[in-house]
Amino acid sequence: MVPMSTATDLASAHPVASSSGSASSASPSGPFRNYDTQGYFDEMVDPVNGPRPHYARFAQRLGGLSRTEFEAKRRAVDLAFMRQGITFNVYGDSKGAERIFPFDLVPRIIPAPEWAYLERGLIQRITALNLFLHDIYHDQHIIRDGTIPPDYVFSARHFRREFVNFPVPKDIYIHICGTDIIRDASGQYLVLEDNGRCPSGVSYVLENRRAIKRTFPESFEENGVRSVEHYPAELLKLLHHIAPAGVAEPTVVLLTPGAFNSAYFEHTYLARQMGIEIVEGRDLLVRDQHVYMRTTKGLQPVHVIYRRIDDDFLDPLVFRRDSALGVPGLINAYRSGHVSLANSVGTGIADDKVMYYFVPRMIKYYLDQDPILPNVPTYLASEEKDRSYILDHLPELVVKAANEAGGYGMLMGPQASEAEREEFRRRIIAEPRNYIAQPVVKLSRHPTSHEGGFAGRHVDLRPFILYGEKTVVLPGGLTRVALRPGSLVVNSSQGGGSKDTWVLYGNE
Amino acid sequence: MLSRVAHNLFWMSRHLERAENTARLVDVNLQLLLDVHNLNDRTLAAYWQPVVQSTGDETLFQQLHPKATGQTVTEFLVFQALNPNSIVSCIDQARENARTVRDQLTVEVWESLNRLYLMLHSPRARELWKESPQEFFDEIKMGSLHLQGLTDATVVRNEGWYFVQVARYLERADKTSRLLDLRHASVPARGAPAAVEPSQTDALGWSAVLRSSSAWDAYKALHGAEVQPALVAEFLLLSEGFPRSVRFCVQQLNLALRGISGSAENRFSNEAERLCGRLLAELQFSTAADIFDCGLHAYIDQLQAKLNAIGDALFQTYILQAFRLQSDDELRQQEEQQQQQQQLC
Repeated sequence: MVPMSTATDLASAHPVASSSGSASSASPSGPFRNYDTQGYFDEMVDPVNGPRPHYARFAQRLGGLSRTEFEAKRRAVDLAFMRQGITFNVYGDSKGAERIFPFDLVPRIIPAPEWAYLERGLIQRITALNLFLHDIYHDQHIIRDGTIPPDYVFSARHFRREFVNFPVPKDIYIHICGTDIIRDASGQYLVLEDNGRCPSGVSYVLENRRAIKRTFPESFEENGVRSVEHYPAELLKLLHHIAPAGVAEPTVVLLTPGAFNSAYFEHTYLARQMGIEIVEGRDLLVRDQHVYMRTTKGLQPVHVIYRRIDDDFLDPLVFRRDSALGVPGLINAYRSGHVSLANSVGTGIADDKVMYYFVPRMIKYYLDQDPILPNVPTYLASEEKDRSYILDHLPELVVKAANEAGGYGMLMGPQASEAEREEFRRRIIAEPRNYIAQPVVKLSRHPTSHEGGFAGRHVDLRPFILYGEKTVVLPGGLTRVALRPGSLVVNSSQGGGSKDTWVLYGNE
Repeated sequence: MLSRVAHNLFWMSRHLERAENTARLVDVNLQLLLDVHNLNDRTLAAYWQPVVQSTGDETLFQQLHPKATGQTVTEFLVFQALNPNSIVSCIDQARENARTVRDQLTVEVWESLNRLYLMLHSPRARELWKESPQEFFDEIKMGSLHLQGLTDATVVRNEGWYFVQVARYLERADKTSRLLDLRHASVPARGAPAAVEPSQTDALGWSAVLRSSSAWDAYKALHGAEVQPALVAEFLLLSEGFPRSVRFCVQQLNLALRGISGSAENRFSNEAERLCGRLLAELQFSTAADIFDCGLHAYIDQLQAKLNAIGDALFQTYILQAFRLQSDDELRQQEEQQQQQQQLC
């Protein structure tokens, strides 16, 4: 037994990793003998003491495997993913459009106290965000009190005026949230963005876990890893919770854009796990403000829709008229309270990167608390002082469009060419409201299998939060890893892979 | 069950059965060639032409290939992506249908279909095809049969399962009739065919038809080793117990249709059931003489038209109807509005 580490107080606003220097583990040995952390914060390996205590058992397990054995395990997992069709589609690629989402066998491990800290931070954040959404769609106190300048809210692309004063079921706006979290060079956890519209990736969390359980069955018992299997049940419970009043046995469906969507695998996966129908827009129709699905036995009423399509496409009568994915009349049915949607309409404003800037203020305003999980320092291009700072420091900053996701519409200052920087300079001046900038965070790294050995690759973490009768944070999450050496972009559309995330019952 | 889902399950099953039957068709003809003497371009073309004809894709074939040789025909029927009925195309479509309704399938069924798909798209497919076509076709057949077994053993007997059954037997009945139709040129257009000597090339052709339907052993058990055209036709069309005969398939089709609707066997609740019940009665009360009076080819043509009519009626009842509802609904609403205004006057 490795002695318990004396954990730093993780409740403080700026905790550091709990392990360095405190454990008695030997100097780097086994597969990490020549592993170089290159000055980054490494999740697993302490540059002086070797594997951190909560990784010690797994490192030992890895050390007991020869390269050939490890490679055999890796190939078996890849093959299983391919055979099971656990793939995603790459847009604009018609031939061989399906790929497996590369999966790295070395799990990211989070000890209990660190997770407790994350969990508290995430719950605080989603609570504040839901209060914020309720407020700006009702009395707008936060604007009247001058905590957030009104312009920012009213100019947000995803602010839905149509929904002001509309009572959403149970006052919940964001039911399912997939917050992106990173760690900086000191090991401090930071929130990178809140994905409050249609966060995706949870199916990979569940499938990665299944795969790694088959690969390292013994490790689960010896490490005490918390299970993630209850996610579909919790999600279904949440969807039942928001059913329209008076419906005893609600019919819940998952609304997908269709089989060509990159997340289609996830949609069918979740529908299957929850035992609900997966429908496309054309399977539904609205009659007298009630939603029905077209079945072989005629029309059948639908009460709750877990929708995986954007607001813009939901209803061609209200939003984009050219939407072929939506259901004409759906919004009207929603407004009459005959059908519930998760997530609610209009949550996109919380994903606006300008709103992100204000989340710490929201937490203070609604909860009268200090944020547990800090933001990445952010500059708003529409604030004059910030803008000149951004324009003067483009080569050091990451510039992001306020309303893009998936690593698109982004400038990585240090890597960008002069021409790209000029392009962004032009765009920022033309549309300052639409841009923010952040310093380049030296994302933490994690040993990742590479050419028969292990190399440090940058990672982030997307935990999933369900906000229903109670708030559930799935103990685990999607650890995304930038597989290209030195790359900071972890998105699957841009060469990212994933890892399983183990949350331990204990400290190590 | 969602109409779109039923539609996808139906086509998944149908494409799969189609791929299997094409594998049977090509496999047997390749084997048969080994027994044919005096091969030249003309005899070869005469040999392969009917094979293409039997699939109903002759026009497309002529657009893609100048002449019918073993190579062009097999390429067309096995790998050609431009032929929507080639084996590869069928498996692609079956897999795409399955992917769309992935949530409705058991893990076993999905993985097995996905495996077949991946095999056909791996370099191994072409290698195996070159080394041993027979093994290649076996793999396709086994893949399909394996999937049918898995479906039977792992899928709940619900509406979806019945749609899978309907598609399977509809396709199989059609394909068995097409395999038999390969030989129609060797029998008179009307009237009973003459007896065939076992040594004749023709006898080989008839036994090939039997083997391609996996009927060789069952036929011999019933009629002995002597292959007679009239008996083969009777067996493949009218046998009550042979699982690939047209009658057997229509019987299963009839049961599956009633499984979907829940209507009794001697009643019908929609056009598909009526047509299927009628066809079944016809097959149950026909003899080989009835078939040859009509002429084998003409009989088979009519049979295929009837099977198509059942498929169309099924589509109308379960798939299209659900999508028509909206306009019907609008119509009704407008009608109601009219009445209100009249009342106000």
